[in-house]
Amino acid sequence: MYRYDNYDQTLVDERVAQFRDQVARWKAGELSDDEFRPLRLQNGLYVQRHAPMFRIAVPYGMLAARQLRCLAELGRRYDRGYGHFTTRHNLQFNWPKIEDVPEMLAELAKVQMHAIQTSGNCIRNITTDQFAGVAADEILDPRPLCEIMRQWSTFHPEFAFLPRKFKIAVNGAKEDRALTWFHDIGLHIVKTDDGLVGFRVIVGGGLGRTPIRGEVVREFLPWQDILSYCEAIIRVYNRYGRRDNAYKARIKILVQALGVEEFGRQVEAEWAHLKGGPATITQAEYDRVTAFFEPPAYQTLPAIDEAFVQQQVKSLPFARWVERNVRPHRVPGYASVTLSLKKPGTAPGDVSSEQMEAAADLADRYSFGELRVTHEQNLVLADVEQRRLFDFWQEAKAAGFATPNIGLLTDMIVCPGGDFCDLANARSIPVANAVQARFDDLDYLWDIGDIELNFSGCMNSCGHHHVGNIGILGVDKGNEEWYQITLGGEQGNDAQLGKVIGPSFAAADVPDVIEKIIRFYIAQRQEDERFIDTFRRLGADPFKVAVYGDKARLKAA
Amino acid sequence: MTTIIKNRQAVADDYTLLTLAEGDSAETVALPAGPLLVPLAVWQVRKADLQSRGTPVGVWLAAGEGPEAIADDLAALPVVGVHFPKFVDGRGYSTARLLRERHGYQGEIRALGDVLHDQLFLMARCGFDAFALKEGKDIAKAVAAFETFKNPYQAAVDQPQPLFRRRAA
Repeated sequence: MYRYDNYDQTLVDERVAQFRDQVARWKAGELSDDEFRPLRLQNGLYVQRHAPMFRIAVPYGMLAARQLRCLAELGRRYDRGYGHFTTRHNLQFNWPKIEDVPEMLAELAKVQMHAIQTSGNCIRNITTDQFAGVAADEILDPRPLCEIMRQWSTFHPEFAFLPRKFKIAVNGAKEDRALTWFHDIGLHIVKTDDGLVGFRVIVGGGLGRTPIRGEVVREFLPWQDILSYCEAIIRVYNRYGRRDNAYKARIKILVQALGVEEFGRQVEAEWAHLKGGPATITQAEYDRVTAFFEPPAYQTLPAIDEAFVQQQVKSLPFARWVERNVRPHRVPGYASVTLSLKKPGTAPGDVSSEQMEAAADLADRYSFGELRVTHEQNLVLADVEQRRLFDFWQEAKAAGFATPNIGLLTDMIVCPGGDFCDLANARSIPVANAVQARFDDLDYLWDIGDIELNFSGCMNSCGHHHVGNIGILGVDKGNEEWYQITLGGEQGNDAQLGKVIGPSFAAADVPDVIEKIIRFYIAQRQEDERFIDTFRRLGADPFKVAVYGDKARLKAA
Repeated sequence: MTTIIKNRQAVADDYTLLTLAEGDSAETVALPAGPLLVPLAVWQVRKADLQSRGTPVGVWLAAGEGPEAIADDLAALPVVGVHFPKFVDGRGYSTARLLRERHGYQGEIRALGDVLHDQLFLMARCGFDAFALKEGKDIAKAVAAFETFKNPYQAAVDQPQPLFRRRAA
């Protein structure tokens, strides 16, 4: 993975000094709370329900074992011994003191980490596919371009105070694993018939209060032009995006208001001045950065390890874990493993300091010392030898990482919700745990098969409920917590938004409702049909009847 | 006489900043004597008057006003002001870059309004070279902000080559 040179390190060290000074001036009353707020947000520091929340960047999800050990130590020293992985590859601490954050940043800088632009109305952490560099369906490893874009976006002087936050996702494979249709800018790496590499550029997607699927603003952009083209997009947005209403300030609202064609015309007019300028990426820079992402020193191994096959025959639990949590690798004899952070009864995405250290050890001993954070809030060890998977599994199990539920109902995306977050209308973790408890029978869970259940504690949609096959959204009704259910959302190439099925439910009823939906699906499915396929075939109405009974039937008729 | 930051130093400044109060009209507002920084609306309707005074006149742009509106007049303007109604309103950064990079403006670009210590570094990168710091803020302390980062990544007005073109091989 990328390693800082002197320039990178100096910038991060200077950032620590800057923030230390800002905190000191705030404490001395020289900076008002309002003046300090955007500054601390651009260092990932929120003031939350119980304590500040501190969000650390994990650029495009890549994490070295030594970095994870540093996070473990910070969790122990400044927090309550755990952290929370988010859908944008970041790690959040929920209990640090503001006064401690400069010191935490200094510790992070020692392992080439930071919290730059993890919040605020600026360009945020760029996200990508967790299987970048190892996926069989990859067109080009997106990470070098992500790193080049990370550097370009870091302290970008023109775009530090945009109308609203700005999120970019890049996908380099045939299958979209980065939710690119729902970002402010979504980028697909594409290759033309002539072998030219570039991007399909999508703008104006987003979840939140007004979920919108992005639209293609340019079918093909040479990769060398990505920085100047993004500058053109964001300049148009910075100048003309709405600033009168925070709920209408994302770029998606501007794109909708202008129409993607007119928006694209303005971007092209702006880009005409920037195209070919100094921001054009040089081959030398691309090569310099790409060298950090060269494949590790793989062994030459047979494609199928016989002992590994036998171990699966002998142990059903191992076989199940392999089926759900292990993915084929493009190199013979290797596999990519997902460590589940969704053990039922724990807060999804949470990981203790001890677990962080255990994961770092696993990475060091089995996977070249590197990990990836997924937007589904799990960890991936991308390069594990097949022949060592059985040993790996036993160690992962001991650390609480081996729940064989990747892609199953209990592998939910869940935001921290009302237990921690100031914005939330409702708690999400206890209700998610109640749903997990209802589906704790592994055979049943397996029989249900592939399904995405996503859960947000408010309409800011950090839990991506709009794109869950089943989405749960916490809403506030007269100061009570209620939960609205959506069905039919989907990520990937056919990404779609789910639709609300009807009136919302009390917390205690949510597991029953999910069970009704699932039972109906099981009764209706044909052969190996996944939940989402059955839903697409039947439509929402029969599911509504399954949940609401005759009331829905009358309405549907 | 007020004190502003210019070329990274505190200097005395004798421009009067003209603003249109409720009920003022651009056509009739009284023009104080001496160097004057006027709103775009006043410049547009009284350009000839202003230019015949024999004292320096600059124009200031509100956050929603782009540099296109004065593009043809830039050669005649020693100062262009860019107003920040709130420091979190970042439109002025694009305005300054466009003035320098698109329109080739060489005169002074002055940040006006909610101009604070922690934004000076970014503003300077975008082409601002004068700053009317918000009243009550410590100018002597604020000038240190220009040194926040020695070698930023991106190309901008102060450094037209991005770091990747400058990195030692």
